[in-house]
Amino acid sequence: MDNEVKLVSGAMVALAVATAALVVMPYMEVRDIQPPPGLKQYTSAELRGRGVYIANGCVYCHSQQPRDRNFGPDFERGWGRASVPGDYVYDKPHLLGSMRTGPDLFNIASRQPSKDWHLGHLYQPRAYVPGSIMPSFPFLFTVKDAKEAEKEGEQPVPLPPAYGPTVGQVVVPTPEALDLVKYLLALNHTYPVLPPTPKP
Amino acid sequence: MDSAILSLLGAFLLSIIGLFVFIWSSRKGLLVENPKAASVIFARGEIGRVDDPALADAAQDSMQAAAQEPGHPLHVADASELQDRIASDQSSAFPVFMFITFACFWLLIGSLAGLTSSIKLHQPDWLTDQAWLTFGRIRTVHLTAVLYGWISNAALGMMLWLLPRLLRTHLHGAIWAMLGGALINMGIAAAIGAISSGWTDGMEYLEIPWQIAILIFAGFVLVILSVLYTLANRKVEHLYVSVWYMVAALLWIALLFLVAKLPGVHTGVQQATTNWWYGHNVLGLWFTPVSVGAIYYFLPKIIGRPVRSYNLSILGFWTLAFFYGQVGGHHLIGGPVPGWLTTLSIVQSVMMVIPVVAFSINMGGTLKGQMHLARYSPTLRFMMFGGLMYLASSLQGSLEALRSVNQVAHFTHFTVAHAHLGAYAFVTMVLFGAIYFMMPRVLNWEWPYPKLITLHFWLSAIGIAIYFIGLSTGGWLQGVAMLDAARPFMDSVTLTLPYLKWRTAGGSLMVLGHIVFVGHFLAMALRFGPTRTGAALFWQNNKRELAHGQ
Repeated sequence: MDNEVKLVSGAMVALAVATAALVVMPYMEVRDIQPPPGLKQYTSAELRGRGVYIANGCVYCHSQQPRDRNFGPDFERGWGRASVPGDYVYDKPHLLGSMRTGPDLFNIASRQPSKDWHLGHLYQPRAYVPGSIMPSFPFLFTVKDAKEAEKEGEQPVPLPPAYGPTVGQVVVPTPEALDLVKYLLALNHTYPVLPPTPKP
Repeated sequence: MDSAILSLLGAFLLSIIGLFVFIWSSRKGLLVENPKAASVIFARGEIGRVDDPALADAAQDSMQAAAQEPGHPLHVADASELQDRIASDQSSAFPVFMFITFACFWLLIGSLAGLTSSIKLHQPDWLTDQAWLTFGRIRTVHLTAVLYGWISNAALGMMLWLLPRLLRTHLHGAIWAMLGGALINMGIAAAIGAISSGWTDGMEYLEIPWQIAILIFAGFVLVILSVLYTLANRKVEHLYVSVWYMVAALLWIALLFLVAKLPGVHTGVQQATTNWWYGHNVLGLWFTPVSVGAIYYFLPKIIGRPVRSYNLSILGFWTLAFFYGQVGGHHLIGGPVPGWLTTLSIVQSVMMVIPVVAFSINMGGTLKGQMHLARYSPTLRFMMFGGLMYLASSLQGSLEALRSVNQVAHFTHFTVAHAHLGAYAFVTMVLFGAIYFMMPRVLNWEWPYPKLITLHFWLSAIGIAIYFIGLSTGGWLQGVAMLDAARPFMDSVTLTLPYLKWRTAGGSLMVLGHIVFVGHFLAMALRFGPTRTGAALFWQNNKRELAHGQ
């Protein structure tokens, strides 16, 4: 082979075929998808929280795509029905994820609706889930004097005594932690969706 | 129409087309072996001469004696062609040195970040006070530093060194390539800073914020200009197969990066398919062809014997080009994407067996009877290890794409182990070998402490073996536990702990190997060591003596 034009054009055709299949066709197939009626748009606080989720790389251990019942026990674990493309219309960037070092979070809000649980769990996961290997996120919290926090009207995170700071001090969430929890509590896709129309 | 009828029709059409291609290729004489084309990498009379610049004179002589085949007398290599090759090497020396130096720097940063993330998975309360050290960020720093910083820089450096040699010309537009390198590395540094501070585009392999990605893309365009200019000014009629792999790969990665990073276009599920189209093509259409192209040059060159079947290598190239691009959808099996897309990707993943087997048969044939040379040549050792791991990782990848296997392996550490088999055991080992071969020619200085090369090889090889075996086992058990509804999810977490520790053990050996490698590289660049073959980097033309082999 001695023709660079053949090389370049052949290489480009190969890439064009792949791009058509994996980029352009999905684009045409899902661009007109309507959001399911039960799906709510994110509030601005939830979007900020989503930013915290992205910035700290939660996606590298948590997927957001429950699989079909014949593909795994996702439903039995309480992770919800299999997701459909419409569930993701407001997601930019997508956070489908590729790892389940931790559980799927697509419906975490319906499994665990407690704000305090989430805040405490972010501060020290092992306080609530023994054996968890999730990192703790102390930088999303500040440790303050109990009296000072009370004076400032801040609500401390309730923690099991063994995991709290020293006596007289409390753990107060930063705005980032509060936003992140708001986002987690918005992850509820338990509304019904129509089954896909059967292929003719 | 029924899907069974469709697939039968497809198979029928495919075999008819295959038949016509076969008839056409025999008419064009493509099935005749073409040793002339395969010998382009040698100067006249050079075939039969072993060549490993990482060896000192005496070691090279004993390797030559071991390689000698009865009935093949050695000839004297054409001095003017060797002189041309020296001129090619000189023209690319400074840009190559620049890219390789950057690559070594990012390798150290990236592997330290990788080891930190690995430890964090079994010591979750270690180094948690700083946001930039949290697992989700330091893991991404590792990925960015090794993928874009180490592999891409080393690949570009190797490409800029090989192309002038293979095209028998000097590197045209070297200054543009260097400017491109500066932009790319500014981009990588900025990206690592951005990711550490929490500014990321949030998609795997595409974390680099698009504003910073502009720098990297512009850098790639400048390197491409230099490469195309060199290609247009070539002095050989025949383009050796390595040129095909490398030039195509360079164009592919630039376009992949451009399309995937277009801001504001992709959204929702379609963004996910684009994400994995890119994610897998970085490996399939950038790392793999560059490394395969490297093996196609270095392996025959080291043992002094042309590639066994040149046409097989071309079959390998085109099948890789057409099959590999479409495999990315297998990362979304079971996900909320159209069924045809994952099916297409599974089919193409399995088709990848063809280029891999073509490559392996070819390399096996080329090495036949000369495998023992790996005992002598450190560079050959790296290349053989890399080539073998290409076979292993690609076959594993084809299997992993099958629905039944994917069901278990998906979402687990098994996939992480597979990624390291490809990116480390195959690609990185090939790049190490290439650097050990190139640097004495680039710096005109011998590796000061040859024993360190052997030490580095074994640290890396044993390290990745522990890493891969440990993490694959753990990942598989994790997947099995996750699929068993009767077991609590936490089972799938706790049972991986010993294997995650094995990963840290293997990773530590690898990091140790990298420290040895980069230290050795620095010692060479700073002119340490007992022996020298010539003078400095900016040696004047024609003064350089003809060292052995060249």
